[in-house]
Amino acid sequence: MSTATAPAAAPAARKPATMAQALRQALHDALADDPRVHVLGEDVGTLGGVFRITDGLTKEFGPDRVTDTPLAEAGILGTAVGMAMYGLRPVVEMQFDAFAYPALEQLISHVARMRNRTRGAMPLPITIRVPYGGGIGGVEHHSDSSEAYYLHTPGLHVVTPATVADAYGLLRASIASDDPVVFLEPKRLYWSKADWSADAPQSVPPLGRAAVRRDGRSATLITYGPSVPVCLEAAEAGRQEGWDLEVVDLRSLVPFDDETVCASVRRTGRAVVVHESSGFGGAGAEIAARITERCFHHLEAPVLRVAGFDIPYPPPMLERYHLPGVDRVLDAVARLQWEVN
Amino acid sequence: MAHLSPPSPAAAGPAKRSARPAAKPPESSGSGHTPPPGWHARIDPAPLLPEPEPYRLLGTPAARDLDPALLCRLYEELVRGRRYNRQATALTQQGRLAVYPSSTGQEACQVAAALALRPQDWLFPSYRDTLAVVARGVDPVEALTLLRGDWHTGYDPRARHVAPLCTPLATQLPHAVGLAHAARLAGDDTVALAMVGDGGTSEGDFHEALNFAAVWRAPVVFLIQNNGFAISVPLEKQTAAPSLAHKAVGYGMPGRLVDGNDAPAVHQVLTEAIERARTGGGPTLVEAVTYRIDAHTNADDATRYREAAEVEAWRAHDPIDLLERELRDRNLIDDARTKAVADGAEELAARLREEMNADPVLDPMELFDHVYADQTAQLREQAAQLRAELDAEEDR
Repeated sequence: MSTATAPAAAPAARKPATMAQALRQALHDALADDPRVHVLGEDVGTLGGVFRITDGLTKEFGPDRVTDTPLAEAGILGTAVGMAMYGLRPVVEMQFDAFAYPALEQLISHVARMRNRTRGAMPLPITIRVPYGGGIGGVEHHSDSSEAYYLHTPGLHVVTPATVADAYGLLRASIASDDPVVFLEPKRLYWSKADWSADAPQSVPPLGRAAVRRDGRSATLITYGPSVPVCLEAAEAGRQEGWDLEVVDLRSLVPFDDETVCASVRRTGRAVVVHESSGFGGAGAEIAARITERCFHHLEAPVLRVAGFDIPYPPPMLERYHLPGVDRVLDAVARLQWEVN
Repeated sequence: MAHLSPPSPAAAGPAKRSARPAAKPPESSGSGHTPPPGWHARIDPAPLLPEPEPYRLLGTPAARDLDPALLCRLYEELVRGRRYNRQATALTQQGRLAVYPSSTGQEACQVAAALALRPQDWLFPSYRDTLAVVARGVDPVEALTLLRGDWHTGYDPRARHVAPLCTPLATQLPHAVGLAHAARLAGDDTVALAMVGDGGTSEGDFHEALNFAAVWRAPVVFLIQNNGFAISVPLEKQTAAPSLAHKAVGYGMPGRLVDGNDAPAVHQVLTEAIERARTGGGPTLVEAVTYRIDAHTNADDATRYREAAEVEAWRAHDPIDLLERELRDRNLIDDARTKAVADGAEELAARLREEMNADPVLDPMELFDHVYADQTAQLREQAAQLRAELDAEEDR
């Protein structure tokens, strides 16, 4: 992967950029704009992060702003809490989804609760970046989809981009937020490309607003992060079956954009929720329940879920059998009781 | 006897500690072997070692040099603290506090910690450290909010630089490190003092906090109150270390071992550690050997796991008695003064009773106010639901 991004003085031509580059640019610009922003984590300094998201930042901003920490996730997040208590805005990197678990106690018992505990006196503006999800051929502990653990914890925002532009905009918005944000980066989209200019990044979207990525009238596919491209591909393929599928990219699981989701489902009358994490007790269960509660009289069929199986994440040579793909999505669409009407 | 015997007054350890020792230059082991490539001795562990016995001032010749004003202040706070503990425990029996983890017997650590700090410093207390919080200047009623249960934290942490009383063990230690680190980066003259118990030293966050602090040379002081028990589990089931203070050596910071019932000794050791942190010397781990005279909380029965004789031995090593003896020997206090101090403590207790006997003002709608900076649409819906439930309750 390329480690070079356009320097600030470069011309503002829109050219292909990867999600990784956009994320790096967001960190760069946040560090440049606000001296309170600090980046810390394992290997984020000299190496530039194992995914190179922090490439060159310690050189430009110094090791006090972009800091290689000891290898201890609870310590990283715990010290970030103290830094935020002193008025800084730490951005911490958890190297991989499954390596973030040692920090769960700090996250659940302190990060998520400090504002509430102190009656608003001590908010914690911390961004926790977590590379997540599979599809990269990772060995055990490198491919978990951990969003359900986070979204069940009141006090946290849970955000995940699916496009290059959103990677920049949502990360900037997360760092600017006065609340803690778990920022889930879909690893397999790190190298996805789009025309995007580092010098004229789009306006930062507010957290908590979904985006309709594809308009359609037959049914709504509701998804996020790494499954957004899968759903867009499924929607294209679905045209041959005569389905005109709408695709909603949630962008933010917390806060949840009921408005956009319900408006779409009320229009199409059918909904499939798609994510690669296990289905049982997952985000899709919550989303399906919310749609059923709010849109019941508009529904032509039960809300279906397409998800990874309820198994520990498989070894890399078997992961393609686990991850929802176009066929599994279209099979679900086919089960939306079309024959009744 | 399950726990350590009270420290002997004879053990007056080294008092002067200054900057971190320089690394020894690489040298041949003399064994004829060549060390692995890149290996060299990092720092000499010997100067990091704690005192062989808990450091004592009271009852030693060094006590004669102690500032009378400081001794009197410590005494006053100890007496107030003891009374506060007793009143708070009584309030649990009357149902006015949900629970109270008393620090009776540990008042010297509580008071010395608070008084050693300067206004710009920060205190990171655990749930048993309400006294330290009060001695630091937080309102005595607001300090009990967590244990009364009308909210989680009743005071603004920034007002007195006191973090919320922390319940999950040792998890406040990395916060102290991060805050101290941030202060150092800002060039501020701020030190963080974090309090933890003997049980808390077994937690992973204790290890991670000490490691980060040492690597970052953060201006932070860790105070372990080794009160002998983690609820019911005695120290020998908690650690096989020579002492808890010895753990410092593994992180590359000095350990100090002090008699936790000797208030001037604890105050002096903490003041030295704070000064060391302030001047760039990095963190210090202090183990104060003390004893939890009361049960874990009002809900605990300590007779199930310890002998009365052990408690009595510690009662004979009482922090207030030790200090009062010194004050009387030096004619710094008389009966009139002790009565005045006791009367002041009674006034504090009376105020606690009065304020705690009034029902707290509760606003259930506030439950939704401090979850996020801006209420989410979902929380607005849920707030409306609770509002409707409350209205229906009123109509009934």
